Amino acid sequence: MSVITYREALNRALDEELERDGSVFLMGEEVAEYDGAYKVSKGLLAKYGARRVVDTPITELGFTGLGVGAAMAGLRPVIEWMTHNFALLALDQVINEAAKMRSMSGGQFKVPIVFRGPNGPAEYLAAQHSQALASYWAHVPGLKVVAPATPADAYGLLKSAIRDDDPVVVLEAEMAYSWKGEVPDEEYLTPIGKADLKRPGSDVSIITFGKPLKIALEAAEALAAEGVSAEVLDLRTVRPLDEAAIRETARKTGRVVVVDESWPVASVGSHVAHLAARDAFDRLDAPVELVSGEDVPMPYNHGLELAAQPSVAKIVAAAHRALYKES
Amino acid sequence: MADKTYPKPSAPAPGAGPGRLGGLDKAELLDLLRRMQLIRSFEERAGQMYGLRKIGGFCHLYNGQEAVGVGAVSALDLEADYVLTGYRDHGHALACGMDPKAIMAELFGKANGSSRGKGGSMHLFDASRHFLGGNGIVGAQIPVATGVAFAQAYRGRASGEGAKPTGATLCFFGDGAIHQGAFHESLNLARIWKLPAVYVVENNQWGMGTSWKRVSSLEEFHRMADGYGMVGVDVDGMDVLAVREVVAAARARALDEGIPTLIEAETYRYKGHSMSDPQKYRSREEVDEYRSRDPILVLKDRMAAAGLVTETEWEAMVKETDALVDESVAFAEAGPEPAPGALYEDVYATELAL
Repeated sequence: MSVITYREALNRALDEELERDGSVFLMGEEVAEYDGAYKVSKGLLAKYGARRVVDTPITELGFTGLGVGAAMAGLRPVIEWMTHNFALLALDQVINEAAKMRSMSGGQFKVPIVFRGPNGPAEYLAAQHSQALASYWAHVPGLKVVAPATPADAYGLLKSAIRDDDPVVVLEAEMAYSWKGEVPDEEYLTPIGKADLKRPGSDVSIITFGKPLKIALEAAEALAAEGVSAEVLDLRTVRPLDEAAIRETARKTGRVVVVDESWPVASVGSHVAHLAARDAFDRLDAPVELVSGEDVPMPYNHGLELAAQPSVAKIVAAAHRALYKES
Repeated sequence: MADKTYPKPSAPAPGAGPGRLGGLDKAELLDLLRRMQLIRSFEERAGQMYGLRKIGGFCHLYNGQEAVGVGAVSALDLEADYVLTGYRDHGHALACGMDPKAIMAELFGKANGSSRGKGGSMHLFDASRHFLGGNGIVGAQIPVATGVAFAQAYRGRASGEGAKPTGATLCFFGDGAIHQGAFHESLNLARIWKLPAVYVVENNQWGMGTSWKRVSSLEEFHRMADGYGMVGVDVDGMDVLAVREVVAAARARALDEGIPTLIEAETYRYKGHSMSDPQKYRSREEVDEYRSRDPILVLKDRMAAAGLVTETEWEAMVKETDALVDESVAFAEAGPEPAPGALYEDVYATELAL
């Protein structure tokens, strides 16, 4: 077991998969000579060369679509988007091409491609560079979407994504790249579609994915200090959702707080809340709570941008509401 | 029947001589003629079947453009090369040797269709013929095709930086697609990475109801290649032998020199943009002018003049292709509806974990 950063965990996964399989290549803006805008691909050009670690022009639609064609022709591209914000330029290639090729061809083709990069709010980046876009991908049948929240899952899920025969979108987080955590030294794969119970509890369930896991665990700690036992479920994959795990925790505690840093309308969080309400209706003791990003474009001002995001205080307050407890 | 392979482009191509046209002998020429006629017959029948509501949704016919699809694909080696196109794809699919029965059944939405009834007219695919579809979003196939060419170069270069690609990729699109960012981004990528791509813009003059001249900064599309340091060529898209020749040269350039080519084929669609198009934007005279240069009759007349096809042979060919189309309609009619359980099939390649 080593303690490494989320960034290093992703780098190790990429390195091992490039080493293992000659059909894997990494492509994106600044991934090669610059060693990655966030240094996730550090050292990979030197090790694997320009044929397999490929710098692109700033042309998201073009190189995303190129990846789709390369995957149809049998390669395993890892397409790095410098951030998911810029991937909006490539939505057509992900939604209309990658996700649908298998169905439209009656199963003749598979598209084993990974789209990855940082998603979600960072700091002082304002509206266009600081937004959580999980719902855009999670909405689309044909895609798989993973959101690792820890270095261990960043490693295991990225390796699974690269080996998967379907297109997989990886939601990383700029703020999480420097987070440290224990990662086993031996090779392993984290299964796509399996949630992870991060903290068992009995009074209220906090269900989340990606970066907000950190504040969900802090909120659980704060609740414990006041005698409330909170269970924390990390979904890890947002398509396909681990519906059984959602059902189980919701039925166990009867009180549910869903945390999703995206906007609230038509979000992964709102869907998870629907599942919890549907599958645990007879066991629920309170309405399902959703702690989301505020329904506004992200402001630049630091105080305002923090106010726009889920926080420990907001999660604790939501848990109190679910418990009919005064904050 | 339809999937006999074309003469390999690598075969020696002696120029015109006795009993030859465009370097091809009688059998090869008859093959090109037959493929064009099969497309024509297929499309006429598809139009009729649409009128009978056997086919629904959008149905874009290829009548008039046969020389581009057949000429271009005839210059490829589909063991190594790939073809991608947009939604006006029946002709390209047939040119690649796809089974007309499977195509007609797909248009009918039947389970015995090429995409098991999931794709329809705009989404024909045949992995075995290296035909990668069948794309409904204008121009979206251009980056995808560029990626297929990338894979060919990637595999080739596994043995060394300067090594040849494993094949070339040909991408068809219309004049409507040429102003999409997808086109311009792709050309740039193909050029900087020396990808073995051949881009063929079929200028059929009308992007739905919009004249291409009204929406293009350039009237010569092939000059757009200049902006990317590529080779640009224009060709008479009503002349199957001319198309074949420029595509063969482009393919060789792609494989040998790593230089992608943009080919502008001037052609014309006889039918509306889709079956629901009343075509109020163009005149009868314009359509008639192009019909007088019909690509099938042009080749047939040239062959007849050179003593390479007789009227009897031609009539037999029409009969044979019509019969094949009849058979396709019967196959489609008799095909089963997809089973309800098919709804969730083929969405993912691997089972979901849950």
